[in-house]
Amino acid sequence: MKSLPLFAFAALSFTALAGDWPQFRGPDSTGTAPDAVIPAAPKIDWGIALPGRGLASPIVVGGKVFVTCSSGPKQERLHLICFSASDGSKLWERQLRATGRTMSHPKTAIAAGTPCSDGQRVFALWSCNDVAAFDLEGNLLWVRGLTVDYANASNSLGMASSPIVIGETLVTVIENDSESYTIGLDVKTGRNLWKLDRPKAANWSSPIPWRAEAKAAPIAVLQSSKGLIGVDAASGSKLWEYGEGASTMSSSVVAAGIIYAPSNGITALSPKANGAAPEQLWRSKQINPATISPVVLGDHIFSINGAGVLTMGDLKTGDSKWKLRLAGPFSGSPVGAGQRLLAVNEKGLVQIVDTTAPEGAVAGQLQLPLKAESKELILCTPALSGKSVFVRTDSTLWRLGE
Amino acid sequence: MKATLAILFLGTVLNLHAAVDEAVKVLAKVEREGQGNEAAIAAWKEVVAGGPAVLPSVLAATGRGTPMADNWLRLAGDAIVDSALRAKKAVPLAELEAFLKDAQQPSAARQLAFDLIRQADAGRADTIEPGLIADPVQELRRGAVQRLIDAAKTKTGDDAKAGYQQALAAVRDEDQTKEIAAELKKLGVTVDLPGHFGFLMKWNVIGPFDNAERQGFETVFPPEKELRLDANYEGKGGPVKWQPFESKDEYGKLDFNKPLGMQKEVTAYATTTFESPAERDAELRLGCKNAWKVWLNGELLFGRDEYHRGQQMDQYKLKCRLKKGPNTVLVKACQNEQKEQWTVEWEFQLRVCDSTGTAILAAK
Repeated sequence: MKSLPLFAFAALSFTALAGDWPQFRGPDSTGTAPDAVIPAAPKIDWGIALPGRGLASPIVVGGKVFVTCSSGPKQERLHLICFSASDGSKLWERQLRATGRTMSHPKTAIAAGTPCSDGQRVFALWSCNDVAAFDLEGNLLWVRGLTVDYANASNSLGMASSPIVIGETLVTVIENDSESYTIGLDVKTGRNLWKLDRPKAANWSSPIPWRAEAKAAPIAVLQSSKGLIGVDAASGSKLWEYGEGASTMSSSVVAAGIIYAPSNGITALSPKANGAAPEQLWRSKQINPATISPVVLGDHIFSINGAGVLTMGDLKTGDSKWKLRLAGPFSGSPVGAGQRLLAVNEKGLVQIVDTTAPEGAVAGQLQLPLKAESKELILCTPALSGKSVFVRTDSTLWRLGE
Repeated sequence: MKATLAILFLGTVLNLHAAVDEAVKVLAKVEREGQGNEAAIAAWKEVVAGGPAVLPSVLAATGRGTPMADNWLRLAGDAIVDSALRAKKAVPLAELEAFLKDAQQPSAARQLAFDLIRQADAGRADTIEPGLIADPVQELRRGAVQRLIDAAKTKTGDDAKAGYQQALAAVRDEDQTKEIAAELKKLGVTVDLPGHFGFLMKWNVIGPFDNAERQGFETVFPPEKELRLDANYEGKGGPVKWQPFESKDEYGKLDFNKPLGMQKEVTAYATTTFESPAERDAELRLGCKNAWKVWLNGELLFGRDEYHRGQQMDQYKLKCRLKKGPNTVLVKACQNEQKEQWTVEWEFQLRVCDSTGTAILAAK
């Protein structure tokens, strides 16, 4: 176990610009953005047709929305499409072919993991373990076929972990029952910087960045059924380990340096700079995230369980403050801004929760017009950008506003 | 003076062409683990800057290297056509179509040619598509098959039957085959699905051997050392011997639970021999939700230790070389310790076909 090099290198990581939502669950994977505003009474600004299936969340960078899709009889056609965030016009689209296996459970799709960006490049990962990097204008920078490279790395149910970019490294989780690993790819070339053997178990959770202090460069936190490990994103060195198990579906969230991990309910962990195991601050089984990732707003943590019940917990103790039954079921995770949460259930019902109400309250709703003939569902986690919300189905990308 | 300028211009053009051709070669050389990516980054921009005139070179280089190289080239073609359409520049559609029609070209390259035609001129692609009904590339013939299915749906009686039978002769994809077979069944025609797909139906099976703590996958049990159908071995809980077992499933599934009983933490083997009239390239296509290994003529083709994540036809495509005469397949399938209802399956399906999915063997 190496000591943390957190203060040894410059904070080169991407700082999201106002309006940017550069990865799964936004800046720092927290499900919130400081400048975002969730509309109290959302309406549809526009909807634009998509060329293929997907539950990958949209991301927003520099006024552009990026969405991945998969199409074709076996979902072997992989799309990355760039839209104008203002009017939904398509700016460019690129298409490649899957080099890995494209089998998945019918509910999910090959465009499952959310793309990410460092502000200059967009990185897209599909369930077949194909990874491609483009500049923001659609020029290819590099492409990899990780199942060609490592033939037994796949999941017949589908992969879904979303990559994150830290400094010069794209942290890509390819964890499954067989050839299981997480790999650090050079953002400039796509070549391996490091490759870490990981527990042989299916894992759909996503890595998150964690900083020892606000201005420190982040490290990558990898989650699996075994627990959490902190990894130096530049070298792949393991920095610390928490070994009491964690979800393989919902992902952790960080607020003020504390990791709130979906482990035995929610466990609050304070990693140490000396490489020691993180200090456990509290553990609450009253907050059960099931497959949904939690969100922190102010002094509270919010999580939706498998029955669609939203729980607000005290951030310092984990004690449940109130529970509010939402209309479920949910596959996507909620996002938050200010004092509102936004959750979209599988049936396309957008629910705005006023977290300041004594027992929480649904303050606004919007039913999205899903395509009944294809029985499409909302499975993605929404993206926030300024006063807009982006959400997608297999057929449509919508922008919602006030 | 004019002649000198013309020579200089011609020389510049030839140099540019040579440079772009070199850049195409750089893309075509990208290997596993991103080897060659560094050079390809600059080369890709050079190729795209070459515009539509480069497309024939892009096609000529496709399908001759790694699948990743093909994606570099495909994305260059995609960007070139995209830019040409925006700039209202002509795309050499006639050249692309001529390339598509040359069945000797690699499948990936012909598929790319068709995709670029569709990207540039969807109407032209629609005109071409019906002519691809017997194309050696599985995906290229799919659209033509769908047209036949759609046409048959508008007919009744013998006309419909003839339409579906024409589609059946061309179809290779499972979903379309299912649809055609269902419609023909309504019209009184039974489709020999195992024969259509080339599933191996008659096997000899042996087991159970142990798979406690999932160790059976890596354990070398006697059938991996010798294939003697008259042999007796010590299995899990007693002596075991080979026994014949024939699948009655129309998609060739061999369910070990039937001959061996519903068991957990066990390993079994199945073997069969089929005749190939000639030495040739082929694919063994497997569907299996248990941990498995497959050998052909004693050579391990592939193995995978994943349990109960799902099974589908053609889940794994194992490239192989058949020898003339008898060829022997050995399949190992492990059942794990899980007790949930959805972990009962202990089965596989295996067919022998060419790279387009066309059955090589009638079911035996």
